[in-house]
Amino acid sequence: MHNITPYSSPHYFIYLLLLLLPIIIGLWFGKRFKVYDFFATVVILITAFFGGNMSQGISLIAYVIFEMITVFGYLSYRKKHNSFWIFSLFVFLAIIPLIFVKLDPLIKNPTISLFAFMGISYLTFKSVEIIMEMRDGVIKEIKPFEFMRFLLFFPTITSGPIDRFRRFQKDVLNVPSREEYVELLHSGVNKLMQGLLYKFIIGYFFGTLLLPKVTILAMSYRNQAPLGLSWYVLAYMYVYSMYLFFDFAGYSLFAVAISNFMGVKTPMNFNAPFKSKNIKDFWNRWHMTLSFWFRDFIYMRLTFTIIKHKWIKNRVAIANVSYFALFLIMGIWHGETWYYIVYGIFHALAMITNDAWLRFKRKHRKQIPSNKFTQAFAIFLTFNIVCFSFLIFSGFLDKLWFS
Amino acid sequence: MDEIKEKLVDILKDVTGLDNVGADPDEDLFKDGILDSMATVEVLVTLQDTFGITVPVSEFDRSQWSTVNKIAQRVQELE
Repeated sequence: MHNITPYSSPHYFIYLLLLLLPIIIGLWFGKRFKVYDFFATVVILITAFFGGNMSQGISLIAYVIFEMITVFGYLSYRKKHNSFWIFSLFVFLAIIPLIFVKLDPLIKNPTISLFAFMGISYLTFKSVEIIMEMRDGVIKEIKPFEFMRFLLFFPTITSGPIDRFRRFQKDVLNVPSREEYVELLHSGVNKLMQGLLYKFIIGYFFGTLLLPKVTILAMSYRNQAPLGLSWYVLAYMYVYSMYLFFDFAGYSLFAVAISNFMGVKTPMNFNAPFKSKNIKDFWNRWHMTLSFWFRDFIYMRLTFTIIKHKWIKNRVAIANVSYFALFLIMGIWHGETWYYIVYGIFHALAMITNDAWLRFKRKHRKQIPSNKFTQAFAIFLTFNIVCFSFLIFSGFLDKLWFS
Repeated sequence: MDEIKEKLVDILKDVTGLDNVGADPDEDLFKDGILDSMATVEVLVTLQDTFGITVPVSEFDRSQWSTVNKIAQRVQELE
């Protein structure tokens, strides 16, 4: 038996909906069955992580125990003290397993990533969020069971969306009224259908049918154009961008839909990102739970600290330094390859340029026209900049130039 | 309360550089792009200095801090 990646095939949904049926019936009659929820979680975890040699499953268990010790260690410390350095130490501890996993390809020593399992990043984001909010004093109590339920909430376990603990608690501690639940089921079914269309039809078309073809074409023309950049590379850029969006947006819709069936309003990940009118707008619409996590736990905290300690006076410089920190960390998080790091730097520069333009526009509001044409041009330009960044992200240039 | 609002509008004007901020105390400051993350942090830090309150970043829930009226309300509760 192999590991079954959640939502990876249409068949998966038939078994999943059977498993969910008792939960749905329970919520319909205003009940949450804690024991059954636990049972369903165990079933999904076993199918996803304990197929084959069980190595992922064992890693998952080791990881959860490690994070439990870290989070509850910090909680008991925080009740009496509040040192910045101890707090930093615990955040560092919480990300150590992820660091090992991410460094693995770099040092080419596969034995070190004891912790590797699918979805480790997303679980780590949740753990770090809890430690940070404990420091801020907004999470004062959390039971080991609640921590596990939040961390291992199965609809989102492998790839998010990244929920927040206090928001999640509000949903699971509450049973929706019949009207609310009908509403949730309705929105869940809609999202499920949209997700099936996105992932298994449009995503399949771009990713499985078109992408291999343009890859072969771009590779075969690479000796006939400067830097190998034939028109087929441009085709690859758009095809890959479409695939990336529809595949991941489709997956995210499934995760939100299944959460809805369980009476949980997991936040959405995408909001028409290709309609963004500038790059800042784009990050408010693309992989939102990740970008908001980075905004709240890296960008805002960093700017807050810089302003409070008056390390840098100039506000533009503060914003720019923080953009660099945010997007470099995001790049490093994606993986230790040159193209992920360049992707991060590219977006930091795009944000800085965008801010400079917005400042300029604010000063010269009267001279700069704003009409349907300029707005359409803004969307067109943003779309192309974003697609270019995805070309970097895809790693295709690495293949084109260095393989 | 009115005093808080007055000071708050001054802070918002300073941070955003816009003269008409706060004309409508129920205007959504995030939706209309008046406050971005950077400006938000500046407002938070200035609020802390002006009113002597502590507002941790994670206390800051965008839906509860979105208008002049709402921010003033929160500041009054925390003072």
